[in-house]
Amino acid sequence: MAKTGEKLIAGGKRLDGRAFGEMRPIKMRVYAVEKADGSAQVSFGDTEAIVSVYGPRKLYPRFLQESERGILRYRYVMAPFSCTDRISPGSSRRGTEISKVSRLAFEPATFLDDFPTTVVDVFTEILQADGSTRVTGINAASMALAMAGVPMRDLVAACSVGKIDGHLVVDVNGVEDNNSEADVVVAMMPTKGRVTLLQMDGILTKDELFKLLDMAKENCMRIYDLQKATIKESFKQQPDVAAVAEAAEEEAREAASEG
Amino acid sequence: MRTYAYDLLVNDKRIDGRKMDDYRKVELKQGIIKNAEGSAVCKMGNTKIIVGVKMGIGTPFADTPDDGNLIVNAEFTPLASPEFEAGPPGEDATELARVVDRGIRESESVDFKKLCITAGEKVWMMNVDIHIINHDGNLIDCAFIAAMAALMDTKVPKIKDDKILRGEYESELSVVHAPIEVTVCKVEDKFVIDPTREEESAVDTKLTVCVREDDKICALQKQGPKDLGMDDIRLMVETAIAKSAELRKLLKPKR
Repeated sequence: MAKTGEKLIAGGKRLDGRAFGEMRPIKMRVYAVEKADGSAQVSFGDTEAIVSVYGPRKLYPRFLQESERGILRYRYVMAPFSCTDRISPGSSRRGTEISKVSRLAFEPATFLDDFPTTVVDVFTEILQADGSTRVTGINAASMALAMAGVPMRDLVAACSVGKIDGHLVVDVNGVEDNNSEADVVVAMMPTKGRVTLLQMDGILTKDELFKLLDMAKENCMRIYDLQKATIKESFKQQPDVAAVAEAAEEEAREAASEG
Repeated sequence: MRTYAYDLLVNDKRIDGRKMDDYRKVELKQGIIKNAEGSAVCKMGNTKIIVGVKMGIGTPFADTPDDGNLIVNAEFTPLASPEFEAGPPGEDATELARVVDRGIRESESVDFKKLCITAGEKVWMMNVDIHIINHDGNLIDCAFIAAMAALMDTKVPKIKDDKILRGEYESELSVVHAPIEVTVCKVEDKFVIDPTREEESAVDTKLTVCVREDDKICALQKQGPKDLGMDDIRLMVETAIAKSAELRKLLKPKR
């Protein structure tokens, strides 16, 4: 926990010039990993996550299979070079807990009852960390699951909110997180208004907490719109790829008939 | 899942006849392990958890050179439940330890500054080890109150020539707040507190709320495979605040 001792808010703006309710610049794309069944890459400012999804696929060893439903596995790891201090690779206690809560954030959203004996694997890798890494991972994972064609009730959108220097803000960055009075992480199915992940630490009054939850809800809806737009856009580009392939095939056929 | 416990809970009834927002009988005893610097056992009905605090000397983190360190670990000992297996802590044990850690740390209940020996070089390491002895549901609430009681029982040992003089004490550990963790569970549209293991298996979703004596909230953790509405969350937080006051009466600062 790096304490700067510096003021986090000056002249009604945050250190990086953002207003209280303003998110960092967001970048989203799908088809981030060619081999995956579905994949996405999302960045919120300097926080960057890449996610790939494999499945639903048959689960081995067989004793792990559930005969009446498919299972979801979620792996959250931070790349060793993602922070200022190197992170030793592999599982950590923090990673184990985040993987668990993130998995539970998707369980209410996925229809895995339709895929008995299978598994859906979600692999989240944080490439660069500047606060709010688990929500960036969840936002990417949600898009990757959709791209893998896993049936879902709704996309899951997540965001962090917090209290810094006495003000309630959205999308907490690294410095703010380390010096915050409180931070709250929320994942939702935005169109249904249902919360699938909720974690908080710090010190808040009840009213501040409820206010932050409302802010999170509103913000998740904004993120949801971006996710949806990104996915739609990717399908607009898809026919081109198919057309190119078709043209190539046509050409091959012509060449074959000529030969 | 439709079980006997489920059928009762959705009708506002419980296996042992309690009200939906009743805790079982909670018994708390401090100073039970002679060789630990602080210890406590908490029995919540048949759930039994022992917490021991061992004080060691270590190096501080670079960014907090004059703060002591807190390390919380949970052991789901195989003797406590047929579901537990020996081996490194699993997902649930890790989550429990981290949720307890968060409650203690974020509530600022222990004065870390008083645990500095030489700034930047040596500080006290508080190892809080949670051992589940019998698992009959609601592990987090039981473990948290046991951990707080153990910390309130903790004495800081004397040091001579960089060696800890075990059994001789310098001071009591400075515990300045009394946070309590309350887990509110949801089954369909009903809310229930302190489920037994049987009841817990019928529960959809849980929300653990850490509440300080000034009713400030210091930690939240949603658990379980279902989702919650905003109204559910508000109600669960309010319930937790109300119930925390009841449990806090058991938490006595000193023996």
